[in-house]
Amino acid sequence: MGTVTSNVEVPVGVSLPIYMDNHATSPLDPRVLEAMMPYFTSKFGNAASRNHSFGWEAEQAVETAREQIAKLIGATSKEIIFTSGATESNNLAIKGIAEMYRERGNHIITQVTEHKAVLDTCKRLEKYGYRVTYLPVKADGLIDMEDLRRAMDDKTILVSIMAANNEIGVLQPIREIGKLCHEKGVIFHTDAVQAVGKVPVNVIADNIDVLSLSGHKVYGPKGVGALYVRRRNPRVQIAAQIDGGGHERGMRSGTLNVPGIVGLGKACEIAREEMDSEAAYLRGLRDRLKTKLESELDYVHVNGSMEHRLPGNLNMSFVYVEGESLLMGINDIAVSSGSACTSATLEPSYVLKALGLGDDVAHSSIRFGLGRFNTQAEVDYVADKVIDIVKKLRELSPLYEMVKEGIDLTKIQWAAH
Amino acid sequence: MAYSDKVIDHYNNPRNVGQLDKASTEVGTGLVGAPECGDVMRLQIRVNSETQVIEEAKFKTFGCGSAIASSSLATEWIKGRTVEDALAIKNTDIVKELSLPPVKIHCSVLAEDAIRAAIGDWKKKNSVAETANAAAVAH
Ligand SMILES: Cc1ncc(COP(=O)(O)O)c(C=O)c1O
Ligand code: FES
Repeated sequence: MGTVTSNVEVPVGVSLPIYMDNHATSPLDPRVLEAMMPYFTSKFGNAASRNHSFGWEAEQAVETAREQIAKLIGATSKEIIFTSGATESNNLAIKGIAEMYRERGNHIITQVTEHKAVLDTCKRLEKYGYRVTYLPVKADGLIDMEDLRRAMDDKTILVSIMAANNEIGVLQPIREIGKLCHEKGVIFHTDAVQAVGKVPVNVIADNIDVLSLSGHKVYGPKGVGALYVRRRNPRVQIAAQIDGGGHERGMRSGTLNVPGIVGLGKACEIAREEMDSEAAYLRGLRDRLKTKLESELDYVHVNGSMEHRLPGNLNMSFVYVEGESLLMGINDIAVSSGSACTSATLEPSYVLKALGLGDDVAHSSIRFGLGRFNTQAEVDYVADKVIDIVKKLRELSPLYEMVKEGIDLTKIQWAAH
Repeated sequence: MAYSDKVIDHYNNPRNVGQLDKASTEVGTGLVGAPECGDVMRLQIRVNSETQVIEEAKFKTFGCGSAIASSSLATEWIKGRTVEDALAIKNTDIVKELSLPPVKIHCSVLAEDAIRAAIGDWKKKNSVAETANAAAVAH
């Protein structure tokens, strides 16, 4: 029987390895780097220094960035708080609101496919006497609005539902969620890390009160993020989680990361200008990849809604092939897998499990995260390579052989171990 | 994660992939693991009933690269051995040979289980008493 090594030809113009994991992090756009550079060197001032030009220069740059970010999401610049990233933004939003509105109620609603920065924050609050409802998702990855409506009670203070999921790219109905929250007088926070700059997000139209975003998912730098906090209709208050010099209107102390903030601002400006054309481009590449894979391989399964989805996301299971073994065969392509074998805990992706997929389908999943710098030639190479390796690994797969012979795998008594 | 050269070699060029006739009395089949756990190994042996030597071994594995390598190596090692000698192979031998890291030890355990299951199946088919054989090797 054949070998697993591949001799798929590398097209001209494609250099290996290919990065196709843009949900994990995105490369820094050269235009962003260029904007940041002076703030590492000559313009090194502390934005909080009020009495010399170094400080003023830094403060001016920070205010420009605040406006660039605000403009992308339809906010005003005073509503933007800088943080170290979305993990901090999510912590600050959820803990800060829980603390501030404790007298009004102690109930928080979120959902099961949130990022750990939301889930683990909620878990900690449960230890402190808060009640948290984790809504399930439907097979397509979306929450059921009726579930949300039913979960709300007179003690509910906060709903935290992500705009776009980082594994399956599924877009939650944030506008409807926000509308319902506003009807009920409940604050709506959304982790919009994967959505901002990729699909239109507008805090007014989408009824968002608090929103987390991060630099390194939008071709900006790592270690910088922001939190949008609504100032009117309703005015949202947040208890600081980091105390100190009273920066960021007392909500987040600490000397500002000026180069990072400048980079985040520039990244948001570029995203605003190029989002429409980029989304169309990425959707084209993504659909091309999907069509190629589906036309050459049987037993492939798209995880999550195709209709409500980020343009650059494709999460697919190549059933009867284990994800890590597939990654090993396509090691000149950077993607990720929901397989247990790739995780330190040996647990398959909780996001895929939440869709009601069998563990065996989760084990076979690959997340393709297309981004601004991917090309059609890269997509073609990736498709060919994945097809080649999946076919080879299926020759090695006892499950594929059994299914081909007409054996129902669910009827087999597997020895649990 | 980084794989050892031996894991990569077995992954790239797996030895003894395939299947043997399950219905044959000379053949023992071990099917271990479970799809939900992300690993299923099928290891088959064809045993010469005169000499009790494993003359042929085949595998197919659904699992990570280390699981594929462990089963590939297992087939290589058991071929030409008597069933009792094959039973002496321990998962720790596989771990050592392939330099598996701690998180991949269970993949080697599965390979040892697969050897035992295949031999157990063959013994059952041929009514070879476990105890009698155990006594025979204790020399
Ligand atoms: C949906 C989501 N939320 C939060 C985060 C955390 O963001 P950061 O890396 O900026 O802390 C990520 C990135 O991993 C994410 O994808
Ligand atoms: S089969 Fe899952 S880690 Fe080896």
